[in-house]
Order: sequence, then structure tokens, then C-alpha cells
Amino acid sequence: MQQCEPADLSRILTPILDRHGRDASRLLQMLREVQDACHYIPSEAIDRIAAHLGVPRVDVEGVAGFYSFLSTRPVGEYRILFSGNITDQMLGKDELMEYLCNKLWVEPGKVSEDGLVSVDSTSCTGLCDQGPAALVNGWPLTNLDRNRLDLIGELIRARKPVAEWPPMLFETVDNLRRTDALLGEPLVPGNGIRAMLSRGAKETLAEMDTSNLRGRGGAGFKTASKWSFCHAAIVEEEGGVICDVGGNPERYIVCNADEGEPGTFKDRVLLNSYANLVFEGMTVGAHVVGASKGFLYLRGEYRYLLEQLEKVLQKRREAGLLGDNILGQTDFSFDIEIHLGAGAYICGEESALIESLEGKRGRPRNRPPFPVTHGYKGRPTVVDNVETFACAAKIAERGGAWFAAMGTAQSTGTKLLSISGDCTSPGIYEYPFGVTVRQILADCGAKDPYAVQVSGPSGTLISWKEFDRKIAFEDLPTAGAFMVFQRKRDLFQTARNFVHFFAHESCGFCTPCRVGTELQKKIMDKIASGHGTASDLEEMRSLGHILKTMSHCGLGSSAANPVLDSLEKFPDVYERKLKALAFEPAFDLDGALETARKITGRDDEWAHL
Amino acid sequence: MSKTITIDGLAVPFQEGQTIMDAALAAGVYIPHLCHNPEFKPHGSCKLCTVNVNGRNVASCTMPAVEGQLVLSDIAELNAERLALTQMLFVEGNHLCPACEKSGNCQLQAVAYYLGMMSPHYNHFYPQREADASHPDVMLDRNRCIYCELCVRASREVDGKNVFGLSGRGIKTILVVNSASGLLGDTDLAVTDKAVQVCPTGAILIKRQGYAVPIGQRVFDRLTIKDVQTGGSHE
Amino acid sequence: MSEQSDRAGRFPPPSPLPQVGEGDSVSPTGDTMKKIRIATCSLAGCFGCHMSFLDIDERLFGLIELVEFDRTPLTDIKHCGPCDIGLVEGGVCNAENVHVLKEFRKNCKVLVAIGACAINGGVPAMRNNIDLWDCFQEVYCYEGGLECGQIPNDPELPLPFDKVHPVYEVVKVDYFLPGCPPSGDAIWKFLTDLLNGREPKLDYEQLHFD
Repeated sequence: MQQCEPADLSRILTPILDRHGRDASRLLQMLREVQDACHYIPSEAIDRIAAHLGVPRVDVEGVAGFYSFLSTRPVGEYRILFSGNITDQMLGKDELMEYLCNKLWVEPGKVSEDGLVSVDSTSCTGLCDQGPAALVNGWPLTNLDRNRLDLIGELIRARKPVAEWPPMLFETVDNLRRTDALLGEPLVPGNGIRAMLSRGAKETLAEMDTSNLRGRGGAGFKTASKWSFCHAAIVEEEGGVICDVGGNPERYIVCNADEGEPGTFKDRVLLNSYANLVFEGMTVGAHVVGASKGFLYLRGEYRYLLEQLEKVLQKRREAGLLGDNILGQTDFSFDIEIHLGAGAYICGEESALIESLEGKRGRPRNRPPFPVTHGYKGRPTVVDNVETFACAAKIAERGGAWFAAMGTAQSTGTKLLSISGDCTSPGIYEYPFGVTVRQILADCGAKDPYAVQVSGPSGTLISWKEFDRKIAFEDLPTAGAFMVFQRKRDLFQTARNFVHFFAHESCGFCTPCRVGTELQKKIMDKIASGHGTASDLEEMRSLGHILKTMSHCGLGSSAANPVLDSLEKFPDVYERKLKALAFEPAFDLDGALETARKITGRDDEWAHL
Repeated sequence: MSKTITIDGLAVPFQEGQTIMDAALAAGVYIPHLCHNPEFKPHGSCKLCTVNVNGRNVASCTMPAVEGQLVLSDIAELNAERLALTQMLFVEGNHLCPACEKSGNCQLQAVAYYLGMMSPHYNHFYPQREADASHPDVMLDRNRCIYCELCVRASREVDGKNVFGLSGRGIKTILVVNSASGLLGDTDLAVTDKAVQVCPTGAILIKRQGYAVPIGQRVFDRLTIKDVQTGGSHE
Repeated sequence: MSEQSDRAGRFPPPSPLPQVGEGDSVSPTGDTMKKIRIATCSLAGCFGCHMSFLDIDERLFGLIELVEFDRTPLTDIKHCGPCDIGLVEGGVCNAENVHVLKEFRKNCKVLVAIGACAINGGVPAMRNNIDLWDCFQEVYCYEGGLECGQIPNDPELPLPFDKVHPVYEVVKVDYFLPGCPPSGDAIWKFLTDLLNGREPKLDYEQLHFD
């Protein structure tokens, strides 16, 4: 029942192998499908996929072991993963998960004895405005409460296929609370491309430059510069130049829809309801840089959007907006393929994303060289965020000056914010850059706001003293996440949640992050258990410095932010948890004797410390 | 006409295509490192070779040398951070020198001596790691693996095989081998492979060779790792 | 070359000791000298570091003019009283080790962890990845030659921890002297530095972890 029988495996594997061919870059997609069908990846599947693709078995095993949604051991016919963001915890996730585990007679993180179900936590699923959320075999469950869990328990015991569960369990809404120039004025599909074609590719790049559009994924790199570098890249390989300036098809446009930063769900809404806008932007970019192939890298948690996105792409092909000879232009062909992720926050980093697109472990590359010159399969590649492409489409249609007239001088245009936490109206809010935090808090119905986590754990924690600051690259930069905390919340637990997140998501490549994030986690747990001291806080500061200065990529270098920010702005949330001694042992002395007490059956005074 | 960079005030020549580490080693300048070996493509994972270039920290083993770079390496702050990284490596695995045949010839240990490590400082993880003695001639002890991937690179780039690889993620990263059983004995590894010689720690050892060299005559008993790795031979 | 530091400096420095000499020697410089009081113990250690201490050979005669011993294997003192220096060999493997260690930390101005076991758990810590149940059953029930194997549970027996830990994971340690064991020369260098008011520093050939 649990293990996949060889005959079954053949039946499952053959169509997968046929469908994907022998393209090694499809390895992750193939493994995802095996996982879906078998509820794990059997060792024999690894052998056969390796043989089929002509890659070493050890490479296939490496990929299977990297991504959270892939497992080399059975995870049950029903795999329930509770979203573990702090907003979910604030809504009672821990109690609900315990409730469901009790109902199903299963321990958290383990598979039930009959192989039916497993229940575990996963990183933020991007449903913070309608939590507590979970995934069942990859499908999103929203607004969980005991009633819904009772129903889910029944459905699982009755072995009802997930596809037949009541749709209301999976209902997701956009929660569009405030729209502005991007969301409020719909683009007729094709109008951006038409405007670009009549204006010209070079002229459209000039409009992008005038617009001063900066990347919306968090880094804020000027989009026109990125596209320009990609267009101008000359790449040589043995045998000569394989990619000359402009026009040559060996360039790629990649849309980063990995939206893994906890608290961020604005791309989810763009993909759900504004997919045409996003694809239009990608097509504009393709023409400007000279790319004929594009990818949408869709995080595994948004798997439920795949079919509808494919439908949008198909409609665009039928309308001549995608594929060969776009809008009749014989020299303009571009198509988009959707690749799924499989649960790895690090794949939101552009070079790790490209590695994942190539069917490998999501490990950030050494830079230089950068993706704009050496990206996907070594070719010049533009990796931009979903919202960036959406903006690009509007700029192509309306021109750069229109865009630059909004926002501030250094942060032009509008920004989508995904707001969650202690507020009456969580959801999507679009504002011109330069809006104050105070204004946002008033609009979203924040209740007695005390602190805000801007741009997720890798961003900034601000206190009520800073509510007059502005959302802008020059003040408070953000990819979009905006989590509100009221006075009663324990900000230490918030920081601890974020520290656990980074430790879980570290790719493990470099020493400072692989070990440093784990050390942070151990210290936060030590403080949480009531055994923290002032020297532990000093150690956190010291670790934070190492993470910031020695890490291989942005994950490591921002992993200490939650601790350093909260130590600086809310020191009392730590101090009230500290013991009044200068030093506390690294482990629970009495707890470490428990096993020996059980073995000897002793409980006398000397059996305790 | 030679191009130069400056490392700690010293003018160091380089050729186009070299990294800062290449140029430094060629000039006899020691920058501590573990995952780097000049015989293989640079890796950039251990981060001990981090230097400050024009105000920014970068890994010297992967950063191309560019005319005019002002590199700071042997400064207190960087050496303190290198020590911290070395201590992290010690507590992450199970590195018990008294019981290890590589002791005295071990690069991890030698770097620790060079940096003056008196204790591992951090709290030990004592992880559960598997040792694998299934191969007739080679011992694989994962307790000592520091994920430098030198064995992975050597097996691919020199031996034309793919014996080693990494799986898992984060702190659960693990060295795996190219066999369905997961055992080294079921791979095509040969004791003469470069991959067997290249491990900087005692994770991969040739059997029946241990303790052949007496204490006092081992590589790092008299010479520091700086002496050895800038003296031409790169043990 | 970098300093031998491992950020023990972020703790407040240990209380200063009365200085008893200069350079490499220890010799009285005044008429009446209060002797430095030293205590030593071996927790989960093999006493090899203690044996190595005795390798200072005839230098011991000079030392005992300036130093007196509190609890050590050389005296019959059962409990450590107020001391200047405490040398702790061996890691922490059971409850009794903790009682001794806490007594040492309370009474010694300067606490030194000497040897691999005290510094990283050492050879005893090789049991850390073996289940404690399995250890007990192997020793007391399955070991060859046993008759009616039974796991002892007398209240006088100290209970072992799940894992063996280094000394600094249980109490604050002021200095570390690595080695398995550190040589007599390394121990001598360390002590003379300490007794002469210098920050202890080992030469390259004196610093080793094996």
C-alpha cells in the first residue's frame, strides 16, 4: 500500500519519461510528477530517470533530496502541510495542527501507521490574508478552523479523492482592497505589444529607461539597465560567438514567480487575475532584449494556478500574441513555458532559480558572471519579478513619462503591498511609492499597531516610532510583504519564527549560512525555553555580523535581520525572557538525564539536577 | 605588461582570467582556504578565503582579479571571522582528532592551528552521520565531511566518473554516492582515483595506511598550512 | 599570523592572580609570598592530562614553592575550596561531573579546560550517536560472560547524560589548553604565562588537538 510496486511504477513512469523526453532540465518537473503519483520518489524511479536522461544517479538523488515537496520516503496518500508563517501562528495554526493530528492519530512530521496520512508544517504558502492555511497534496486549504478540520478528517478517513472534496475548502479570493494605476486600469491584451511594435524595440527600451522602473521582487535593480545588459551581451563559447548583440535568439526571459518571502502574496493575485498583463510584459521584454523563449518559474505552492495559466497562454497563442510571428511580425517569435518549483525559498534568488530551471539543486551561483550575461544554460537571461513585468506592459502601452510621474523620484510608479496580520482588511493594496506606513495602517484597519514587518523576514522590522516612514527604495524598500503586529503580540516569538524559517530554507552551500542559521535557531530556542542569558544575546549579535558579511547570497546576509532589528528596537522582549545569571548551560541538564532515569527506573533526588 | 592588484599593501601581478586566489598563491601570499584546490574549478563554499575588495567582502577563490583592486586579507576582523567559520565547521560535524587517522595531515586541523583555535567555542551539534566501510580499499566517514565537494569535482573532472554528490538541504546536507544501495562499495570508485586523494579532512581515507607516518613527521607537525600551501605543493 | 583568541574576551576577564615571577620561570620575588592555590580534577577523562602535567618533571620542585594544591589526585582533599586556578580535565558525562564542575566554577577564580575531552567531549563523546539504552544493554545484559545481566539502579550511581558534553557547555570557562594530552612543555608554558600575568599563548608546535 505504501511502497510503489514495480509494475505500478512502470505504469506511472513511462508516460512521464515520454512526455518530458530526454531533456535533463526537466528533471525537477519529472520528479514532481513521480511524487504526485507515488506519494514519494522510489529508489527505482531515481535509477530509471537517471538512465533515461543520461545523468548520474547521484545527481537525480541530489535534486530529490533538496526540495521540500519531494520525498524519498512515503508521505501518505494525503499529505497535509500547514503554512507556518507568523500570521498563521497568530491565527491559531499550532493548536489547529495539534487538533488535526489527534483526530487522525498521527504525530506531527510522521506518516500514520496505515500509510494514509501525514501532517507537517511548511514555509509560508502565500495565503496570509485568508489563513490559517494549509496544502493537501499541493492544493490550498484556506480559513481553517476546527469545523473545517473535522470535515477534512472525515474526507481523509473515507479516502475521498481530493478532487472530489467540497470546493469551499479550497476557495481562495483576491482581496483586492485598493487598486491604482496598475490594477485599476485593465490592459486590453495585445495593446502593450502593439504600442511597442509601432514605437520600435529600441524606443520601447528608452521608454523603460524614462520610466525608471525598478525591480519589484525586492532588489530594486533598474529594469531598463538589466534588459540593456542582456541585449548587449556577447557570449563566446569554444567554436566562436554563440550570442551576439541583439536579435540573436539565444536569450531568455524568465519571470520569477517564486514569491517565497513570508507575508508576500501579491504575485499570487497578479497571476490569478492579471496573468495577461504579466505575459504581455514578458513579451515586451522578449522583443526588447531579443529572446524567443521565456519561462514562468511558478512556486510549487501555487501549483493550483497552473491549469488556468496554461489556458491564458493558449488564448494568447490563438490571438497571435504568443508563439510564432507575433501580431504578424515575421521576425518576432516568443513563447512561454511554465516550470514549477517544489518548495524551496532559495529558488527566489535569480541564479538559484536558473539552476532550478536547469533541473538542478537550487544553489546560488558564484557571481560574477551575472545572469544577464551568463544565465540559463549559459545564455544571457533576464530574470524579473511578476509585478515588474506587469509594470513593463503598462509602460509599453502608456509610455515611460506616465509611469515616472507617479511615486517618488527614486521610486517611480506604484507598488503592490500584500497586507496581513492584525488588521481588519488583509489583502492587496496598491499605492504610489512614497506612501507612509501610517496611511497604510489606517487604510487596512490596523488594530493598535505596535510593529510592522516590512518586506518579510529578510526585510525590516519597524516600531510605532517609525510609522511616518515611507514605502520607497530610499526609505523602506519592500517586495510587498507588510505584516502588522498589535501590542499584545510577542515579538520574540515572531523573530524566532523567522529564524526557524531561514534555518529551514538555507540551501546549505556556504559555511556561514548553513551552520550560522542553525546556531541562531538553537540560541533562540534556548532563550524561548527560559535558559537565555545576556551572553546569548551577545552571541546573536556576533553571529549576525558573520552572516551579514560572509554569506554567499542574500538569504544568509539577511537571515540575521529579524534578530538584529528586534534586539535593537524591542530589547525588552528578549530581556524579560532572560535568566538573571551570566551563563546558562547549553542544554537542559535535568532533561538530559531523562533517558537514564527511564533505563534505571530511578526518580530519587540524585537522579535529578 | 603585467597587471597588478594590491593585497595587504603588496603589489601582486596577475594574468587575465585568474582569480584573486590564483594570483595570491602564485605570488606566495597565503589566504586561508579549505574548499579550494588549484587543480580544480573553484567552488566558493567554505568562505574562509573571504577578502575585502574595494570595501566589499568577496570569496577570493571565485572573484576574478581586476586591475587596481585593493584587497585586504590579513586583517584582524577577517581573521576573526575565518576563525569563527572554522569553529562552525568543527561543531557541525564530529571532528575528533585523537581518533582520526588524518590527524597531522588534515587541512581543517591545520587551518585551525594557523588561526590559533583554542576551542570550538560554539555548542556542538553531535549530528548523526553514517560511516561507510563497504568499499574494500576506501573508508568514507561522513562525520568529518565539510561539504567542500573536492571529491565531487575530482571524480568528475579528473576520474571521468561521478562517484560523489550532495543531497539534502541546509544543515541536513549529506554526501551521497552513485549507487542504488547508497554504499560506496557498490560504486565504480577505485583506490587510485583522484577523488580518493583529494579530501582535505579524514572523510575519505585509504584503508590500511593509517599511522604509517609517526607523530612529529606528519605534514603539519612542523610546518604551518601557510608554509605548505604557498611552498609549491598543495597538500 | 593571527592572535590566539577565541573570543573568550567577550566574557568579563577572570580575576587577576598575584604575579609570581617573570619570563619562563616561576620564582619568589619577595620575602613572604601568598601561595597560588590550584585545584584539579578529572571528570570524564582518562587522567592522561594529569599524567602529562607530571611531565614537567623537575620543574615541579620550583612550582611547589609557589603553589599549593587544593583538591587534586595528589592530595586527599575531597571538595574544592576557594582557589585561584582550577584545571579541569575530561568532559561532562553524568550528574556527578556536574556537581564537581559547579563546585570548581564557584570556587576557582580562573577555570581552565585542559585536554580534548574537556574541550570537545573527546573520546567519551564518541558514544553520542549511540542510543543510551543500547549502551546500557550491551554492557549490562548482552556482554559475554554475564550471569543474569541487570541494569544497576543504586541511588549512589551517578546517572549518565544522553550525550557527553564539553565543559564550556555547562559552565563558563576562562581558558582552554588543547591536546590529547597537551605536552608537559605546553602545560608549563601555559602555567608560567598565567602565573606571570601574561595572556597564555602556545607556540605553533605546542598547539595540537591530538
